[in-house]
Amino acid sequence: MTPEELHDLAIREKNTQAEAGTTLNVCMAAGCMSSGGDKVKEALTKGLTSAPAGKPCRVKGVGCMGLCEAGPLVQVGSDGPMYKEVKAEDSSDLLKTLSGAPLKRLLCPTDTPFFKRQKKIVLENCGIVDPERVEDYVARDGYTALLKALNHMSPADIIQEVTTSGLRGRGGAGFPTGLKWNTVAKAQSDLKYVVCNADEGDPGAFMDRSVLESDPHRVLEGMAIAGFAVGASKAYIYVRAEYPLAVKRLQIAIRQAEKLGLLGQNIMGTTFNFNIQLRMGAGAFVCGEETALMASIEGKRGTPRPRPPFPAQSGLWGKPTLINNVETFANIPPILRNGGAWYASIGTEKSKGTKVFALAGKITNTGLIEVPMGITLREIIFDIGGGIPDGKKFKAVQTGGPSGGCIPEQFLDMPLDYDSLAKVGSIMGSGGMIVMDETSCMVDVARYFMDFCMTESCGKCIPCRVGTTQMHRLLVQITQGLATPADLAQLEELCDLVKNTSLCGLGQTSPNPVVSTLRYFRHEYEAHIRDRKCPAGRCTIKEEAAV
Amino acid sequence: MNPVTPRVVTLVIDGKDVSARENETVLQVAREHDIPIPTLCALEGLSSVGACRLCLVEVAGTPKLLPACVLKVEERMKVQTQSERLVKYRKMIVELLLSERNHICSVCVSNMHCDLQSQAMVLGVTHVRYAYRYPSLPFDGSHRRFRMDHNRCILCTRCVRVCDEIEGAHTWDVMGRGTGARVITDLNQPWGDSESCTSCGKCVQVCPTGALSDKGKAVAEMIKKRQFLPYLTLMREEKS
Repeated sequence: MTPEELHDLAIREKNTQAEAGTTLNVCMAAGCMSSGGDKVKEALTKGLTSAPAGKPCRVKGVGCMGLCEAGPLVQVGSDGPMYKEVKAEDSSDLLKTLSGAPLKRLLCPTDTPFFKRQKKIVLENCGIVDPERVEDYVARDGYTALLKALNHMSPADIIQEVTTSGLRGRGGAGFPTGLKWNTVAKAQSDLKYVVCNADEGDPGAFMDRSVLESDPHRVLEGMAIAGFAVGASKAYIYVRAEYPLAVKRLQIAIRQAEKLGLLGQNIMGTTFNFNIQLRMGAGAFVCGEETALMASIEGKRGTPRPRPPFPAQSGLWGKPTLINNVETFANIPPILRNGGAWYASIGTEKSKGTKVFALAGKITNTGLIEVPMGITLREIIFDIGGGIPDGKKFKAVQTGGPSGGCIPEQFLDMPLDYDSLAKVGSIMGSGGMIVMDETSCMVDVARYFMDFCMTESCGKCIPCRVGTTQMHRLLVQITQGLATPADLAQLEELCDLVKNTSLCGLGQTSPNPVVSTLRYFRHEYEAHIRDRKCPAGRCTIKEEAAV
Repeated sequence: MNPVTPRVVTLVIDGKDVSARENETVLQVAREHDIPIPTLCALEGLSSVGACRLCLVEVAGTPKLLPACVLKVEERMKVQTQSERLVKYRKMIVELLLSERNHICSVCVSNMHCDLQSQAMVLGVTHVRYAYRYPSLPFDGSHRRFRMDHNRCILCTRCVRVCDEIEGAHTWDVMGRGTGARVITDLNQPWGDSESCTSCGKCVQVCPTGALSDKGKAVAEMIKKRQFLPYLTLMREEKS
């Protein structure tokens, strides 16, 4: 496909869409699908064919609209009224509204902070484009960043632009993306690889899944730009097999892009070749760790290896490899389209741009949000998230999944960025945010995450394999009221050991939930141990523990 | 034609100035200079995996502890192999290992000839402070000449590596995760039924504990002979 053809395709698609008139956007991401979104779409399509509306209208399956709590969601156009909890039976009523007043019964207000306070860059197309049609993406400036990169920029220019943007890795650790790209670009090798880490495994996190299900082409475009910038022509997307819809949409997207010559050989008439293949994870959390992920792609057992050498130097099959997270790649096209300086103008001094978060737990608006860095946790939880349901009191918010920590109320007004989160003992992580209210027992939360880490430890290194097992045992004893102060001391000693001696990030960060809850909720541990009581009333204290 | 000679670098290990070829690891150089660093998974002649974490050392300028078995030497590097903190961690790791499976020295074929036991003694592990897990683990006596006792396995993967890298059979591998991980032969078949096993016995000789042993050996009788490994490696290097 030449630049002219891409331009023509965009114009043609825009015209077709204009002629098609009003669209009824039905969310077809996993959240809404699981509550019957596909049936709603079917019923609407059927209703429209049997009784055509007065004016041109069509039904379109789109990606995630964010407010997963209220699914299945249907929106008229991309800025018309939104309807929540729509059922297939509502389809005829909904179709009537096309030529009349909005249907009050199902109306979901879109002038609330949940919609107004967000800033969408990564999610700009989510809930608007049909993820299964490349033309829809192209009509919204899709692949123009790749076009610009290939025809008007040198690899060094691209890396400079990414460096200027200040983008940091969205997988969790926040390594500067420009620096990583530069390292891979500098590495000398006949073959290099680009890998997209889509093995999102944190409990409660679904950012990457939503991006892949709602706007897969954006990730492919970001990867192709990365490939051109670092000199790689082969790429892999390592995606969880537990995300069948994301896998399906990626397969469709890759096929469509290859057909149009936006991936494959001689992309857009240049000498640049770029092939993307999918690899599915078999359900191991540790395969989200980059060295384990690469071992898994190579067909080996997915266990991490010591770094250095870093993947940028010796990655897949010993070749220099650029490995970035889904959200990182999804940020690349807008950065190239609008310039690094534009991106750097959003966010805080050291954390630029926006971040996608998955809100879960005890929060009114469960769902997917994108906010500028530097926003406070209070704004996220109480304004955008709508606060704690059932009049309960906020207790803590857990960020960063099993590697993260629990943040208590006193830090809610702190601006959210990589460094401030690290300062209070948590991490940005991939963006999972689990809100807990007064009914949550913090020892029990720590036990839950330790159970997760213990089960997901690969078993390669001893501190993680046995250390997490022993820590879990101690936490179970505490929650049962069977522990002594000596057990607590042993738990803290093990936290220190596992943190400092484990081989990979999974082990090194596995004590974080314990360390952070001990830091802010030590009294809850002490209540279980000294008074044999669970202050939140959640743990079942064993009878033999009674004093 | 000689290949390019590696550069020689100088570094400091435990306050001692030493020189090394730049492709050597800190562990290799330390051993050349009689500086003891405890190890369990590392074995000369096999690839290093950095799994047991006993060889962790402190390097000046790096906040993280690094495994000496995979750490390449660098000019002017300052390495500390012994410190209060390192010794504490090493002891804890050995204690964790002892608590993980059923290591009962008094009835073990490898008693007095066991790497785990000797590391415990060197490190002064007199007690295990962690709760013993007493897992119920199988024993595989199906092979004609050897036996595998999972109760004594520490998952160092020396058997996996020697079988793959030296013998070329790749009979052994690991299955499962976490404490549920186990070394297996072929596709988790009884060792005696393995079609890839050549019965060479290298795995038995490199095993640090009594997990792999010769049949017919009683308590404390299993003495492992590992001289073949550096010898084989040397012969292969000369040939290539």
